[in-house]
Amino acid sequence: MLRHAEPVMGTVFSITVRDPGPGTPAVLARIAERLHRIDAVFSIYRADSDISRLDRGEIVLADCDPEVRAVLAACREVAAETDGYFTERPDGRLDPSGWVKGWAVERASALLRASGARQYCVSGGGDVQSAGGPWRVGIADPRRPGLLAAVLAGHDLAVATSGTAERGAHIHDPHTGRPAEGLASLTLVGAPGTGIARTDAWATAAFAMGPDRALAWATRRAGIEALAVLPDGSKRWTTGLPGHFPASGPADWRAAVG
Amino acid sequence: MRRAVVTSAATAAGVVLLLSLKPHEAAGPTPVIGTGSGSGTDVSQPSAAQPSAGTGAAPGSSAGSSAAPAPSGSAAPSGATRKVSGNTVNTRYGPVQVQVTLAGSRITAVDVVKYPNSERRDREINSSALPVLNQEAISAQSAHIDVVSGATYTSDGYVRSLQSALDRAKG
Repeated sequence: MLRHAEPVMGTVFSITVRDPGPGTPAVLARIAERLHRIDAVFSIYRADSDISRLDRGEIVLADCDPEVRAVLAACREVAAETDGYFTERPDGRLDPSGWVKGWAVERASALLRASGARQYCVSGGGDVQSAGGPWRVGIADPRRPGLLAAVLAGHDLAVATSGTAERGAHIHDPHTGRPAEGLASLTLVGAPGTGIARTDAWATAAFAMGPDRALAWATRRAGIEALAVLPDGSKRWTTGLPGHFPASGPADWRAAVG
Repeated sequence: MRRAVVTSAATAAGVVLLLSLKPHEAAGPTPVIGTGSGSGTDVSQPSAAQPSAGTGAAPGSSAGSSAAPAPSGSAAPSGATRKVSGNTVNTRYGPVQVQVTLAGSRITAVDVVKYPNSERRDREINSSALPVLNQEAISAQSAHIDVVSGATYTSDGYVRSLQSALDRAKG
């Protein structure tokens, strides 16, 4: 097993490969390079990134890295899919980060796959794409750092969590402009094929929706299950979520809580 | 289209998983384990705002306080509703059989259709199928996890995170 942690995009990407080959270390280096390149193009914290310059009107879309156009198009798709609860202008300025981080995880996954790996897991600061498996994914307890609120397990899962635990109330309801309320964290699990970019962007949108709307929305959408942790610690979830629980069930859970 | 096809396959896998579970080991919290007849568990009505979302009660609430919403046609307009029964599984409480209701490819309900006869055993099963999601938080050390999903940490936050501990432990 090979593990690599890469600080980039203001967070840390963690990569685990269970079936490394002789070329895996080199692939991990290429992935790191790719992630830093994505950051250089899309970061809102770099004055010279394409996104910053585009936002200031110094360049037009045609001058940007070709991936900028694709990313902004994806953001608009997600906005439409989430009734406008996702936006590429969350604080008034151009900021596609809500799509870019998960998309960067997908790009890292694609490089691993192209290298021949079939058993790997990539986390972009807590948004997870796994391949092969089963992988056991702990859902961080938003109220008790270091503990877990749930454990999921499965193959080829995308798991994304939005919440206030790490960076405060940073998600705003685009319809009101006010910080989203009603949730401590919102986790979405995407079935194989959904992809972490979409799952992650949807989780951001669902967090902005608040618990009632988020669960109803996730219930309507095929291939997505949701776990909501409310500020008082109580939990709500979509009916299909238990399908992602570890196969060994509560026996497993009792060991876990013991 | 691609997503729909893959989803269907995943859901089928979920069905296999659920059907293969022994009920006393079922990870299913009350929302998906139907309470069966005569078990005395309270099943509340789902509210209109959450047509088929399970509702977990706060810790300390009784086992039966979560809703087991009935599947409704409107929840899944894209497919017919059908029920699939699993094999009867012998548990230490006796034979148990589960039935999954599907709307299209989506699981809308899982019911235990065959219980051991004893009412006491019913209760025993139900108590051991307590909503696991309502348990106290789980220690990561004993949960044997590979990775953690949580709100995005900063680089500083990472240092204190479970993920960082995992990366160090197995690196």
